[in-house]
Amino acid sequence: MLYHLNFGLIWKNIGKLEWGLLLSLELAVVAIAIGVVIGLGLALIYEQSSRPVRALVSLYVEFIRNVPLLLLVYLVFYGIPTVVDIRYDGVTSFLATLSLYAGAYLVEIFRAGLAAVPRGLTDAGRAIGLTPLQGFIHVRLPTMFRVILPSLSNTFVSLFKDTSVASVLAVPELTYGAQWINFNTFRIVEVYAVVTPMYLIAGYGILGALRLLERRFAVS
Amino acid sequence: MPGNPDTTGLPVVSIRGLEKSFGALAVLRGIDLDVARGDVVSIIGSSGSGKTTLLRCINALETYDNGSIQLDGVEVQFRNDEAGRRQRRNEWELARLRAETGMVFQLFYLFPHLTALQNVMLGLRKVRKMEVAEAKSVATDWLSRVGLADKAGSLPSQLSGGQQQRVGIARAAAMGPKVLLLDEITSALDPELVGEVLAVVRKLADDGMTMLMVTHEMAFAREASSRIIFIDAGRVAVEGAPGEVFREQANDRLRSFLARVSHL
Repeated sequence: MLYHLNFGLIWKNIGKLEWGLLLSLELAVVAIAIGVVIGLGLALIYEQSSRPVRALVSLYVEFIRNVPLLLLVYLVFYGIPTVVDIRYDGVTSFLATLSLYAGAYLVEIFRAGLAAVPRGLTDAGRAIGLTPLQGFIHVRLPTMFRVILPSLSNTFVSLFKDTSVASVLAVPELTYGAQWINFNTFRIVEVYAVVTPMYLIAGYGILGALRLLERRFAVS
Repeated sequence: MPGNPDTTGLPVVSIRGLEKSFGALAVLRGIDLDVARGDVVSIIGSSGSGKTTLLRCINALETYDNGSIQLDGVEVQFRNDEAGRRQRRNEWELARLRAETGMVFQLFYLFPHLTALQNVMLGLRKVRKMEVAEAKSVATDWLSRVGLADKAGSLPSQLSGGQQQRVGIARAAAMGPKVLLLDEITSALDPELVGEVLAVVRKLADDGMTMLMVTHEMAFAREASSRIIFIDAGRVAVEGAPGEVFREQANDRLRSFLARVSHL
């Protein structure tokens, strides 16, 4: 079998991929940002709360973690609007789903991280007169951040890759752009040969950004 | 020097009838203790006798059940509400009062993400609200007083135990506390590092810092303290100048305690 590589049609449509990558990154950033708020918030609530509240948090976490993301995406986009009178586009629906998904994974990470900060360190912050909020911001959070950075990097990069699931809702992100070119030009090898390094480099970029953030945290 | 000039003659720390239980276990059973300005008081006693708990109560890391602790005449942990009922102060009030007592921990507990200098600066910036330049100059000054001027930029993980503990002392002392509380600060150190830390404490004592320390270093307690308190079963069992306490060994329990620690 002979297959002649021809990237010409890819370059002609490269705009689909560029805009696709941008949208993928935007989806990831927004979902991570909302996910971090949900995750950190619930981790703190979990830590301070009684058993019934903890059970609710665990229920959310376990539900999300044990259902495939694709299914959650369908459930939110097609399922909820059939039951409740509510309408939203693919992007909104996917963002909501991915944020909830991110939140569930991040709760666990933040919980483990908070638990890993030695009590004595928190006490040391209190002993110099830091208020509870100051102690959280200047002692617990940065100490926890250093502990959880590896798992955080994993999760962030995973979430970025998970934005590809949005293609099933025809959200024009990177994978959808690749599929579009694929269907319209049949240059299947070429398009994925271009898209794969795009994911790779962007994923690496996210890791690099986290490293920078770590350094930012290290200096007050 | 740290602390305010002594105008009143009142003790800096005044403890009356302090009681504290953990569940069914009564740890402190009526402690009375005064620490005057410039005093260096060593608390000795077997482990589990409540020494550390006592220090933690003074800077409100631990709450207590009965009695009172006053710092320069101000009740540390409780206040009376409008109806005259005793209420525990809220965390913000406690934070403000904690800044007036310095605490140095057995396991140092330096903030691992901050350099030595930043460890000392944090409280100056966030609690004392100093400008960066001022905080930096105060912190640098304290680091040189504990002999670590050249380690200002080092992270705790790059410092030896003795150096970490000296940063811990600088971090607490830089806040200008009315009293410095030292909780077995050499217990976690290799023997050859104990000397450098004790030298720093000695220097602070000579400079007039009021200190209350829990220690197992009997020789140091004897030489550096103005007063020794022997705590046994949650009470002050013997108290006096180091000379008398060690010479007279006025109490059976003290005698057996000293016999035990002298074998160490």
